[in-house]
Amino acid sequence: MSLLSSTSALLGKELRTEFRSRELLTTTVVFILMVIVLFSFTFDPSYTESRRFGPGLLWLAFLFAASLMLQPCFLREQTNDTLSALRLSVSDPFAIFLAKLIANTMFLLFTELLMLPIFAILYNVPVLRVLGQLILVFFLGSLGVSIAGTALSAISAQARMRELLLPLLLLPLLTPVLVSSTQVTVGLLDPSPFVEWKGIGFLIVFDVVFLTALWLFGEYLLEE
Amino acid sequence: MTSSGFSPTGIRFENIEKRYGGLAALRRIRLEVAPGECVALAGRNGSGKTTLLRIAAGLARPSSGELTFPSPGSKAAAPTAPSNSRVKVDAGFVAHATMVYDELTAEENLLLFARLQQTPNVVARVEKLLREVGLFDRRDSLVRTFSRGMRQRVAIARALLHEPSILLLDEPGTGLDPQGLAWLAATLRQLRDAGCTILMSLHGESEISMLATRAIRLDAGLLVADTRTGAEVRSILTFADA
Repeated sequence: MSLLSSTSALLGKELRTEFRSRELLTTTVVFILMVIVLFSFTFDPSYTESRRFGPGLLWLAFLFAASLMLQPCFLREQTNDTLSALRLSVSDPFAIFLAKLIANTMFLLFTELLMLPIFAILYNVPVLRVLGQLILVFFLGSLGVSIAGTALSAISAQARMRELLLPLLLLPLLTPVLVSSTQVTVGLLDPSPFVEWKGIGFLIVFDVVFLTALWLFGEYLLEE
Repeated sequence: MTSSGFSPTGIRFENIEKRYGGLAALRRIRLEVAPGECVALAGRNGSGKTTLLRIAAGLARPSSGELTFPSPGSKAAAPTAPSNSRVKVDAGFVAHATMVYDELTAEENLLLFARLQQTPNVVARVEKLLREVGLFDRRDSLVRTFSRGMRQRVAIARALLHEPSILLLDEPGTGLDPQGLAWLAATLRQLRDAGCTILMSLHGESEISMLATRAIRLDAGLLVADTRTGAEVRSILTFADA
């Protein structure tokens, strides 16, 4: 009960501060939009070509945008040493991570869903018939990115060269998520769409394993 | 400030050491702060005052030694924080940084921390504190629009939200105007008289330092002076500032 109430109070804080500053959402939306628009000029976006390159391009844009979004996640807690205040106040430090990763997943998912129609139009890809499945893979992929990214953001925020450290740690770690998410998306954008259950299964396992690790060891990541 | 007395809790530092790489920030600190005592920590910049307070708050882990919180009224074992673990202590902490969110209003900040601390009667408690720190009329303003002194008032209110039995204050008068300092001194006096244990770092004499019943001076991580005698308490505080 304490974990849930702390998480909900902290999630409210994360959403309120973001919707006031719009720092993370603006950066992410602009970055993904630029990548999608620029790449639409580099090759002929016929249906065949789009099916070959589109999913990889989309997930690569999501991944880089996520690394931009995750960077300030713990860094802005250092401005006024608010992380210390949170550590003193919560009974379970996992609540701090849980609130941040839920907020990050929500921001990422919101951005992805905002960009999906633009991608569908520019790359000539029909997405409506597989919208539900696409939302599922976006959610599982974004959750994996957020769980690992939130943990690494806590580590990198306390290190020197923190701006360099997060992408350096995050991108190799998230390669399996990127590969699985891309494979599932390729299947969904096929002329005869199908769900790559192996990929979905891998994403679920990745999310569960990293979430458990964060629950078990997260407290140590917050210490000075 | 508080409706009832505190369950008195002391702080015992047993050979506490803190090293940052090769630098020893604290060296074999042995110190017992009795329940209800008001102790002023003095010392030059870098002498280890902040590190000692952060260890007492449970924010930093000592490299070696043991920290306990003896409570004479309780038959249960005192909570202990040896160097390899951290204990949750009922402490309010005011640091150099304000520890509040600039993008939230004063009221939202206090409501957030009150809910996290599971303070009873959250709304009433927050309203009472906002009135006491003189920010009730500005409760809906974002903290980033506040002056340093106003931010410090929010920081102090945050530390007092759950009526802690131990107060750890790192230069609590920072940014406060004379009225603010007078308010803080009166509040701390009230808390001290109600049995709250206070450990605070200070520079020089002030209305706040007059509350101290004991003074300790740190120098390069070592405890070099400790007195309860009135005149010596003043001398330690002024000497450290020289």
